[in-house]
Amino acid sequence: MRLAIHHLTRIEGHAHLVVDADRGEVTACRLEIVESPRFFEAILVGRHHRDVAPLVSRICGVCSNSHTLVSLAATEAALGVAVSEQTRDLRRLLACGEILQSHLLHLFFMAAPDYLDLDSIFPLDRRRRDLLTRALRMKKVGNDLCRVVGGRPVHPVTPRVGGFSAVPEPADLHGLRRRLVAMLPDLEAAVDLVGGFDFPRLDRPAECLSLGGDDGYPLMGDRIVSSAGPETPVGAYREVIEEYLVDHATAKFARTPRGAYRVGPLARTTNAFGALTPMAARVADALGLGPGATNPYQTVVARLVETVHWVEEAILLIDRLLIRGVVAEPPVEASGPGRAVAAIEAPRGLLIHEYAYDDQGRVVAADCVIPTAQNLASVEADLRASVPGFLDLPRPELARRLEMLVRAYDPCVSCSTHLLSVSFEDGGGAG
Amino acid sequence: MKLRAGFFDFTGCEGCQLTVLNLEDAFFDLAGLIDVVEFREVLTGGGGPLDVAFVEGSICGPHEEARLKDVRRRSRLLVALGACADTTGVNALARFRDPEDLNGRVYGPGAPPRGGGRPKPVSAVVPVDARVPGCPVDGGEFLQVLQALAVGRAPNLPGHAVCVECKLAELPCVFDRGEVCLGPIVRAGCGARCPEGGDRCRGCRGLVDNPRSTPYYRILEDHGLTEDDVLAEFRLFNLGEGKVR
Repeated sequence: MRLAIHHLTRIEGHAHLVVDADRGEVTACRLEIVESPRFFEAILVGRHHRDVAPLVSRICGVCSNSHTLVSLAATEAALGVAVSEQTRDLRRLLACGEILQSHLLHLFFMAAPDYLDLDSIFPLDRRRRDLLTRALRMKKVGNDLCRVVGGRPVHPVTPRVGGFSAVPEPADLHGLRRRLVAMLPDLEAAVDLVGGFDFPRLDRPAECLSLGGDDGYPLMGDRIVSSAGPETPVGAYREVIEEYLVDHATAKFARTPRGAYRVGPLARTTNAFGALTPMAARVADALGLGPGATNPYQTVVARLVETVHWVEEAILLIDRLLIRGVVAEPPVEASGPGRAVAAIEAPRGLLIHEYAYDDQGRVVAADCVIPTAQNLASVEADLRASVPGFLDLPRPELARRLEMLVRAYDPCVSCSTHLLSVSFEDGGGAG
Repeated sequence: MKLRAGFFDFTGCEGCQLTVLNLEDAFFDLAGLIDVVEFREVLTGGGGPLDVAFVEGSICGPHEEARLKDVRRRSRLLVALGACADTTGVNALARFRDPEDLNGRVYGPGAPPRGGGRPKPVSAVVPVDARVPGCPVDGGEFLQVLQALAVGRAPNLPGHAVCVECKLAELPCVFDRGEVCLGPIVRAGCGARCPEGGDRCRGCRGLVDNPRSTPYYRILEDHGLTEDDVLAEFRLFNLGEGKVR
């Protein structure tokens, strides 16, 4: 039997799913990544540090803020630029906004149709207008957080090396705070909705990687935490993460010394369950998600739990910014040489950027480890583990469940193939 | 009659499709204007005839060209959505590099090529009826283009430069900060969002029709800048023909 689904729908980017089975045995199982590579590294080499963040933002529309923020952090570390407490808070708030819009887009536009027996969310504009109205209202809050802090939701304008070129007005922050508080009934409705989803069963424990070293739930940090191994400083990420090529993908796969691993919402709730806000922990409890979750379909639940968490955190961040007062900060002069690594928890998981700059502050070498690429090996392992249990199902139902499994990771194929990667041995990094 | 609409993504970041999905306030109005029958990112199914196809991303290689031609055959109207589709966007930068060198740098020296090919704008492969410029597109401008098409009118893009919007907003001139700005020659319609955010115009919306280059050269001279400074900036989002004029 061969099952081939071309151009999987309701994911970001282009991938084919191919499963071969012979008398109940899975003989091949591949997620073929067919997105064209865009070779960002060649575009970056020679570019001034000022232009790096605006360029790498274009790797991915849905996580453009994460790419921007981690790129700035790596550049600042490489060039020895310190940032203020205010900049750190504004950047966390921007990251919050992106996680909210990305998670809510996935929950309602990509995942929910599977569990409501629909092809898309669009038919709900008549049948369940209440639900769609709530979804759009929540998603808009996430986007408006990005708009107020970053200038626009996709490809931010204001973040720059050393801080921000424009800072939010207090009135706009007040307005956002009110709307975040007003989101709670909409979140409750979302919890009711997801509580009714009938998740297929799959029990596959996997190593989970997330960031640590921050003061709370993983977002920014300087250590890579593993559920199965020792902690590693982000600067030494190559000791724990090995990227490798497979023939059927334009994206690179990744493994730890122990094999395939997960990053993203389920990895984060696994590694940092105790750091969730009380309300997020209650939601997790109500939806049956614990620190030992092994069913990748439940990543959808983890996404909602994180949404609740970051709504609460965003309120606290705005309070802190308002109490201290937000002031415009002058631009910072910086030059190279230097070289550094930084990491962030993007909506889909651990995202690492590394740059080397010459003495003119121009890029000599760059590397970028993308969450979706790190998850690809794990997605394939999940597919292999699940197919035998689904083989008795009618073909359309089998296909549907496998698509839902891929979709649960919210893969961002645009991101994973538009990788930047220069061999540092060949590139001869400065600093 | 509602328009049967499809959204198609090629080589790009999907940020323009996302900007359309981010039109939360206009969502129900949009649902009254078009029937979205094909949109791989958020919809399963499709394949029939269309009134309007929105195409995002640059076109790389024969597979993408074939897929685009199929979309063109099925659709009465075809719109280039965003810089990658319209002017090749940031993908254009790869055209100034050697393809083998690119492949080697990413996948290792001597690695077999993994597809891709030289990125092209949509209009290099099929006729385009309308375009929405920008990286990403402006949601409001997308709606204007769609409304024009719905009533059978050719959409109008602003014919003036970003500089005009910047002056109307009374923003300080970016050149006075000692930076190169493409505002004098780039098409308006974004509300000078980047200068407003403290950045400079990086030219993501492409050249205004018939840009007046003589005054621009004078601005460059006044600020001790050269044509090369401008071209380096211009090529960030545009497949430049070499000269600004």
